[in-house]
Amino acid sequence: MSIEVFMCRIVVAALLLFSAGQPLLAETFAERVAPCLACHGEKGRSEHPAVPSLGGQPAPYLLIQLYLFRENQRASTYLKDDHMIEVMSEMTKGFTDDDLRNFSDFISKLPPPPPAPDPGDPARMQRAAAIITHNRCNSCHGLDLAGQENVPHIANQREDFLMKTLREYRDNIRHGYDGVMASVLAPVDDAQIADLAYYIARFR
Amino acid sequence: MPAATPTAAPALPPGSPLIGRPDGNEAAAKLAPVAAPPLPAAADKLPTAQLKLPPGFNIEVYASGIANTRSLRVGDKGTVFVGTRFGNKVTAIVKKDGKTELKTVASGLYRPNGLAYHNGTLYIAELSQISKIDNIENVLDNPPKPTVIYTDLPKDEAHGWKFLAVGPDNKLYVEVGQPGNNVLHDAAHGQIRRMNLDGTGAEVVARGVRHSVGFDWNPVNKQLYFSDNGRDWLSEDVPQDELNRVTKVGEHFGAPYCYQGNILDSEFGWGHSCSEFTAPVALTGPHSAGLGLRFYTGNMFPKEYKNAIILARHGSWNRSKKIGGDVVVIKLNKDGTVRSIEPFITGFLVDNKYVGRPVDVQQMADGSLLLSDDWNGAIYRITYGKEKVAGK
Repeated sequence: MSIEVFMCRIVVAALLLFSAGQPLLAETFAERVAPCLACHGEKGRSEHPAVPSLGGQPAPYLLIQLYLFRENQRASTYLKDDHMIEVMSEMTKGFTDDDLRNFSDFISKLPPPPPAPDPGDPARMQRAAAIITHNRCNSCHGLDLAGQENVPHIANQREDFLMKTLREYRDNIRHGYDGVMASVLAPVDDAQIADLAYYIARFR
Repeated sequence: MPAATPTAAPALPPGSPLIGRPDGNEAAAKLAPVAAPPLPAAADKLPTAQLKLPPGFNIEVYASGIANTRSLRVGDKGTVFVGTRFGNKVTAIVKKDGKTELKTVASGLYRPNGLAYHNGTLYIAELSQISKIDNIENVLDNPPKPTVIYTDLPKDEAHGWKFLAVGPDNKLYVEVGQPGNNVLHDAAHGQIRRMNLDGTGAEVVARGVRHSVGFDWNPVNKQLYFSDNGRDWLSEDVPQDELNRVTKVGEHFGAPYCYQGNILDSEFGWGHSCSEFTAPVALTGPHSAGLGLRFYTGNMFPKEYKNAIILARHGSWNRSKKIGGDVVVIKLNKDGTVRSIEPFITGFLVDNKYVGRPVDVQQMADGSLLLSDDWNGAIYRITYGKEKVAGK
C-alpha cells in the first residue's frame, strides 16, 4: 500500500467516525476540502484504485454528481472494516446547496490529469478509437473527450475507474442523471469496455 | 473477443439520442441534450420579471426551491402535487395563512415524473411502475408508503419517464414512450394505455406515439388530446412536434414510420404511406418539445380561453437556433379541430439560452393557472385581472 492510499483510508475512516450523524463543525473551506483531495488527488489526479480523478471536470457535472450523492441516488460503496458504506453519501451528508456549489466550483479548477505514461498498444488503441466513433462518444464528450457543462471530462481518467463506471452505467447500477449513458452502452460488451477504458486513460 | 468492425454508417444502440445524427457536420456535433441543473434556483433569481404575457395577465412565483419540478396536479382541498424526473420524491405544496409549506409525500422513488389525482387519491407513475396513496390530503404529514398497483411496464431509460392522468371514463391513462430517438419499437412501447383505477384491465388506446408527456380531455366532446415529440436529427426545421386527437381506441399516430402527418421517416418509412396513420390536429414547432397540456375550463381568464388548450413547450435542444421554451394557447373550432396557436407566456429563452423551461400546467379551482419550470425548480401562478402581482 502506498503512502497516499494509506492516507486516503485514514482520512476517510476518521471523517466517517467523527462526522457520522453530526453537522459538520469544520472550519475553513480548505479544511473541509482536504479530505476530498486526500483521495481524489490534490493536483486533480487520483492515485487510488477505483477512485476517479476529478481534475478538469466541468462544475455543472460535479454539482450534479455531488447532488446525486447527497440524495443517495448514486452509489459509492466502500468496504470499511467488515461492512459496506456509501462513502460519498456519508461525506456529503448535511451539505447545503451552497456547499455543493462551492465544492463543485473549487474542484472544477483542478488541472486535468495527464495521460497514462505509456502510449498504449497501437492495435488496441485503434480498435478502441473505432468503438468511440461507432458509439459517437464525441458528440457529447467532445473530440478532446474533455466534456462540457453536464457532460464529464473523461480524457485520462483512471483506467480502473472507467472500467467500473462504464459497466455500472450499462448494467443500470449507475443510473446517471438522465439515462443517456445506459442507452448508449446497452450493446457494448465487457471486452469493448476494457478497450474503451484502456484508450481513454491513454488518450493524447 | 474482437471489437465490432466499424462501418461507414455505424448502427447506434437502440435508445441512443444520437440515432440519426448526421456524420461530419460541425454544427450538428455541437447539439446535445440540455440537462436541467439539479438544484433549484434561489427565489430572487427566478425570471418572473422577464416573462411576457398578453395584456391583463399577471404572473407570480407560487412556490420555489423544489428541485426539477415536472408534472403538476391539484387536490380537492387545493394541495398542489409536484412530480420530478431527476429527483426521487413527490412534493406537496400547502398554502396556509399566507405561508407556503412543502411536504414530501413519497420518497425513494425512481423518476416519479407522472402524477394523477382523482377522488382523493394521488397516483404516481415512476419509470416502470404505478402506485397510489388514498386520501392523500388527509395524510400529508404522515403519508403511508405508496401502494403499487401496476408493474407491467418496460424499464427503458430512454423516454421512460411517464405522464399520467385519469380520464372522464374513470380510467388511468399512462404513456409508454418509444425507447429511443428513432427506433422500431415492439408492442409494449410507443403508446398510451388505459386501465382501471386498481391497475387491472390495461388496454392500448393510442399507438405510434413517440413520446408524449402531456394529455387531457376536451371538456366538450370528451376526446383525448395529447402532445407528441417528433424525432431528432432529421433536420433543423422538420419534423414538427404534434398535437394529436384520439377518436377511436387503438388508433396509430405514425411513429416511427411517419412524422408530423406528412413526412415518411427516412429510415423506417419505406413501404409505408402517411395515409396509414392518423395525422395530427396541429403542428407545434420543430423540436420545440410540447410537454404538459390542459384544457382551460375556468372563469378567471377571458372568454376566448374557455376550453382552449394551454400547452407548455419545454424548448428544443436539437436545433441550432432554439425554439419553444414558452407556453402557447391553442384555440379549437367547434368540431375539435385547431383554429389557432398563439403565444401565451414567452421570455424563457434569451440569446439562445434558457433562463427557464416550462413543463406542465395545472388549473386551480379559482381559474388561475399554475406552470412548472424544471430548469429553476419553481412553479408560477398566472392570473387575469386585478390580482396582485408578486413584487409590486
